[in-house]
Amino acid sequence: MTSQSETDRPILSLQGIKKHFGGVKALDGVDLDLYPGEVVALIGENGAGKSTAVKIMTGIYRPDAGRIFVAGEEVEVHDTRDAWRHGITAVHQETVMFEDLSVAENIFMGHLERRAGGFLDWKGMRRRAAEILRELESDIDADAAMNTLSVAQKHMVEIARALSHDSRVMILDEPTAALSQAEIHELYGIIRRWQAQGKAILYISHKFDEIFAIADRWTCFRDGAWVGQGRIADVTEDDLVRLMVGRSVAQLFPKPEVTIGEAVLEISGLGNAREFDGISFTLHKGEVLGFYGLVGAGRTEVMEAIFGLKPIDRGEMRMNGKPMPHGSPREVIDQGIVYVPEDRQHAGVILPMSIRDNLTLPLTRALAKNGVFLNDRAEQAVGNRFRERLSIKCASLDQKVSELSGGNQQKVVIGKWLATHPGVIILDEPTKGIDVGSKSAVHAFIAELVRDGLSVIMVSSELPELMGMSDRIIVMHQGHTVRELARADFDAETIVAAATGLGRLQEKRHA
Amino acid sequence: MTLTHPSRPVRPMPKSAFETRLLALAARWETALVVILVVICGLNTAASPYFLDLHNLFDSTQIFSEKGLLVLSMTLIVITGDIDLSVASIIALTGTFVGFLALHGVATPWLVVGGIAVGTACGAFNGGVIVRFQVPAIVVTIGTMSLFRGISYIVLGDQAYTRFPESFAELGQGTLGGYVPWEFLIYLAMAAVFAVFLHRTVFGRDLFAIGNNAQAARYSGIRVQNYRFLVFTLSGAMAGLAAVLFTSRVGAVRPNMAQGWELEVVATAVLGGVAIMGGSGTIPGVVLATFVFGMLSFGLGLINVPGIIMSIVTGTLLIAAIATPIVVRRLRLALERRREGNPRG
Amino acid sequence: MRKLLRAREAALALIIAGLVGLITLRAPVFLSMGSLDTIVTDGAILSMMALVQMLAILTRGIDLSVSANMALTGMVVALLSRAHPDMAVGLTMALALGLGLLLGAINGVLIAYVRIPPIVVTLGTMSVFRGLVFQVSGGAWVNAHEMGPGFIGFPTARLFGLTSIVWIAALVILIGWAFLAHVRKGRELYALGGNPVAARYVGIDDTHNLMLVYAIIGLVAGLCGYLWVARYAVAYTEIALGFELNTVAACVIGGVGMAGGRGSVLGCLLGALFLVIIFNALPIIDVSPFWQQAISGFVILAAVILNSRGDRPLGKLILRRTEAAPVAGAAS
Repeated sequence: MTSQSETDRPILSLQGIKKHFGGVKALDGVDLDLYPGEVVALIGENGAGKSTAVKIMTGIYRPDAGRIFVAGEEVEVHDTRDAWRHGITAVHQETVMFEDLSVAENIFMGHLERRAGGFLDWKGMRRRAAEILRELESDIDADAAMNTLSVAQKHMVEIARALSHDSRVMILDEPTAALSQAEIHELYGIIRRWQAQGKAILYISHKFDEIFAIADRWTCFRDGAWVGQGRIADVTEDDLVRLMVGRSVAQLFPKPEVTIGEAVLEISGLGNAREFDGISFTLHKGEVLGFYGLVGAGRTEVMEAIFGLKPIDRGEMRMNGKPMPHGSPREVIDQGIVYVPEDRQHAGVILPMSIRDNLTLPLTRALAKNGVFLNDRAEQAVGNRFRERLSIKCASLDQKVSELSGGNQQKVVIGKWLATHPGVIILDEPTKGIDVGSKSAVHAFIAELVRDGLSVIMVSSELPELMGMSDRIIVMHQGHTVRELARADFDAETIVAAATGLGRLQEKRHA
Repeated sequence: MTLTHPSRPVRPMPKSAFETRLLALAARWETALVVILVVICGLNTAASPYFLDLHNLFDSTQIFSEKGLLVLSMTLIVITGDIDLSVASIIALTGTFVGFLALHGVATPWLVVGGIAVGTACGAFNGGVIVRFQVPAIVVTIGTMSLFRGISYIVLGDQAYTRFPESFAELGQGTLGGYVPWEFLIYLAMAAVFAVFLHRTVFGRDLFAIGNNAQAARYSGIRVQNYRFLVFTLSGAMAGLAAVLFTSRVGAVRPNMAQGWELEVVATAVLGGVAIMGGSGTIPGVVLATFVFGMLSFGLGLINVPGIIMSIVTGTLLIAAIATPIVVRRLRLALERRREGNPRG
Repeated sequence: MRKLLRAREAALALIIAGLVGLITLRAPVFLSMGSLDTIVTDGAILSMMALVQMLAILTRGIDLSVSANMALTGMVVALLSRAHPDMAVGLTMALALGLGLLLGAINGVLIAYVRIPPIVVTLGTMSVFRGLVFQVSGGAWVNAHEMGPGFIGFPTARLFGLTSIVWIAALVILIGWAFLAHVRKGRELYALGGNPVAARYVGIDDTHNLMLVYAIIGLVAGLCGYLWVARYAVAYTEIALGFELNTVAACVIGGVGMAGGRGSVLGCLLGALFLVIIFNALPIIDVSPFWQQAISGFVILAAVILNSRGDRPLGKLILRRTEAAPVAGAAS
C-alpha cells in the first residue's frame, strides 16, 4: 500500500471543483485524488469546504464547475445512488437517520434488498445488519427503533450503513466526533481492514493524533481553495497547522488579563429526563468559562435549558445571588443572559430579513414608541452602532442577512444580543463554519467583552480555541460534568481523556 | 405581464428609504393587481351597461366586504406560517347563535356583541388546541371546520332562523347617504387598522419574524406560541364580525351559510402576495386582491354565469398565483445558466 | 416502537368493540346480518380512500381534492352510462381509473415538480374539480333509471355473500399493505416523510415519490367515484361533499402521524371502521344524521390531541441507561 501505488491510477479524482451558495464561495477549484489501499486525510479548518466536497462526491450537491473521474473515466454524480453505483459511500458528519424506523431499515434504506419477485427481503436484511454490527463489535440490536439509541450508537449505525455497500471509496467525515477512545480504536481496525481490501479511504478530521495514526497522505483546503497535498511521513503537525490556518499559530488567541469578579451565574444539580443530570458550575464576572465534550455530550442541551428552551426537572439556578426561575427565553433575556446558538442559520439569524431587523429583533419593543409603534430612527441608530462596533461588512443595513458571509452572519447574532446589554453571553460553537479572518475577529471580540465586564460561557469542540480563550474548562461526558480544570492545569490529553469517558472510572466500561 | 411576488414584507424604515422601497414594491406585485383590477372593470363595463352604475358598484361591495374581513386576519395567520380552514364554519356557528338569540328576543346591540364573542371563543379554541397540544393548525382547523358547522347542523337541521329585529338589519343592509354600505365602511376601517398593526407595530414585526423562521424568533425571545394563539383568536373575532354582518344582510341563518369561503379567503390572501409558507405579505396587496375577486364575481354575475363556475376561477387563480412566480423564476434561472454556457448545477 | 404501534391499534380495536357493545345494548338490531353488511359495504369506500389519504399524510402532505375527484369521475362515468347504457363494466372501470389518475397526476405535477404545498394545490383543485362536475352535468342529476343496469348492478353484485365493492376494497387494501410493508418504493415513503433530508442523503428522490403518491390517490379516487355513484345510484354536483374530511379523520383516528413518516395500514382501517360504525349507528339509536358532521369533527380533534404526545420529538438520549430509559432491545 505504499510506493507502487504512486504509479496507480487514482480510483476517485476531483479536478477544479467549484461550488458557490448565493454569493458565498464554498469551493473554488479544488483537486483531490484517492488511491486504492490508501487513507487520505482531508484537513482544513471549519468552513474550509471539506463537507461541501464530500457532498459533491456523493451527489448531494452538484458542482458549478470542475470534473469528477472514477477509475480514470469522467462521470457525473447526480445523486447518492449514482455515487453508490460508482462505488462511493460516505459517513456524513451529521447523523442522517430515520428515527421511527428500525436499525436494520436505517442501514439499508435507499438500497433495501429484495428477494426474487421484487418483495423486500426482511429476514435477509435483518441478518445482514446483525452481521455488520457484529463486525463493528457493537451490541446494537438490529430490530431496535432508531430513537432508542444514544448519539454514539447512532454514529455506529451510520458506519454500519456505509459498510452495507460494496464500495471502492469510503468517505468518513469527522467519524470520531461522538465516539469514545475505545470505539475510535475499533474504527481504526475497520479502516485498516478496508485498506487491506484495496479500498480508498478519505478521512476528514481536524484531530492531528488521528491523522498521524491512520492516514498515508494529506490534502489541505483553506477557505474553499486547495492549498497542497503530500505524504504524511514528510510533514509535522506544525506544518499542517500552518497550511490550514495560513499563518503562524502563536498569536491566535488574544486571552485578556482580566480580574475575575464575584459569582454571576450559579448552577447546581441541573438535570432533566433524557439529556443531562447533576450539572453544577459557577460563572464569575469577567470570566470565560469553556465547555468541552464530544459531539452529543449534552453541552448544547444544558445551555438551551438554561436559556429556557428545554425542560429542567431538577436543580436550581441563581443569577447575581438571587434564585432564577426556569422561564421562557424572554424572561431569561430579561435576567441578562443571552445565547448565541450553534445552528446559526436556523436558530441564530432570520435569513430573509434585513440586517437591521435582525439586530433589533429582541429590542423592538424597548425601542418602540409607547411600546407598540415601531421607531425606525431608533432602530437605525442601534443598527449603525453595532454594524460599526462589530465591523459587519455590508453595503447597507437594508441588505438581507442571507447575503452575508457566515462570519458576518455570526457578528449579526452577537450584535443582536449585545444591544440588549446582557451580563452573561453563552456562545455555542461561535466559530463553527466561519473563515479564519472572522474567527480571530470573534476571538478578539470575546476578549473585549470580558474586558467590559461581561461573563462568557463558550462551548466549543475545537480544543486549541477553547484552551486559548478560557479561564476554566468544564468537560462533559454523556450528560454529566466530569472534570473541571483551571487555566494553569490545561492539558489537551487530560481534557480529551475526560471527554471520552476515561476520566470517570466508575462509568468507564462502555456498553 | 411579469407576475412576481413581493419577496419580502413591506417593512418600515426611515422616510426616504421607506419611500424608495415602497416604490420598488409598487413596481412589482401591487401594480400588477391594480392593472388586473382595471382590466376586469373594463371588461365588466364592456359586458354590461349596469356595471358602471354607482348604486350597483357600491352594492357589489357587499359581495366581498364580509370575505374581505376574513382575508385580513387570514393574512396574519398565513404570514406566521399557519392556516385556518375553519373560518367559514365559525361563521355558520356564530350565525346560528345570533339567530337563536334573536329568536328569543335579544336586542340588537347584544346580538352584535354576542356574535363577536362566540366567534372570538371559537378562534381562541383553535389557537388553544394548537398551542397547548403542539399540533399542526391544518389538522385542528380541519377538525373544527367539521365541528363548528356540525353544531350548527345539530341545532338547525334543515331549518333556518329568519326572525331578526328590524334595527339589526340596518348593519348589513343600511348605507351611508344612500350609497355607501355600512359593511363596506367597516371593512375599510378594519383594513386600515390591520395595515397599521401589521406594518407599523412591534407585533407585526414579530409576526414576520415568526413566519420567516419560527425557531430563530423563539431563540430571540419572541413568544411564538402567544402570537399564534393571538392570531387564531383574532381570526375567530373577525369571523364573528363577518357572521353578524352576513346574518344582518341576508336576514336568514342556515347551517350551510358561507360554505366554501375558506378556499376563497386563502386564495385571495395568496393572490394578494402573501407567501403561503409564511414570512411575507402586505395588507394593501390583499385588499387589492379582495377587490379583484369581488369585481370578478360581480362581473360574472352580471353576465349570468352560475356561482359554482366562480369556484373554478378561484381554484385556478389560487394555484396560478403561486405557480407563476415559481415557474418564471425557474425559467429565468434556466436561461441564465444557458447564457453562461454551463449546463451543470 | 413496533410494540407501541401494536398497542395503539389494540387499544383502538378495544374501543371499537366497546362501542359496538354499547350500541347493541341500545339497539340489538345493530348486530343483524343486514346491518353488518351495510357497515362493511359503506366502510369499503372509506377504507380505500383513507388508505390512499394515508400515503399523502405519510409524506407530510394531504389531499383535500379526493372527494371532488370522486364526484367528477363519478359524474363523467354516469353521464357516459346514460349515453351508452350497455357499456361494459370493465370499460367503465378503466375509464374511471384513467380519469382519476389524470386528476391525481395534475395534483402530482403541481406538488412534486412545481413544488407548491399540497394543502394549497388540493384546496385549489378541489374547487376546480367540483366546479367541473357542475360544468359537465349542467347542474342536473343523473338518476338510477338513466344509468345502465350493468353499471348500477356491479358494485352490489354478490360473490360468496359479499358485495363486489367489498372484494375490490379487500384487493386494494391487500395491495396497499404489500406496497407499504414489502416493496421498496413503499418503505421509502416512510423514510421520505420521517426525515426528508436524510432521505436525500440515501438517494431517495422526493419528486418521483410525491408524483407517485398523488397519482395513486387519484387512481383510487377515480375507482371509488364510480363505485359511489353506482352504489347510491345517483350522481349530482354535491356528491361526496366533505368526504375528504372523513378520510383525514380515519387516518388521524388510526394513529397516522400528521408530521409524516408514521402510520400503519391496520390503524388506518380501524380508523375507517370506527367512523363507519358511528355513522351507521346514529339512525339506529335514533340520533339525527345531522349529528354526523359534528361528531366527525369532534373525533378528529380528540384523536389529534391524543396522538399529540407521540408526535412530539423527545430529546436526544444522552444519559446512560442506568439513569434513563433502557436503550437497545427495548423494542425487540
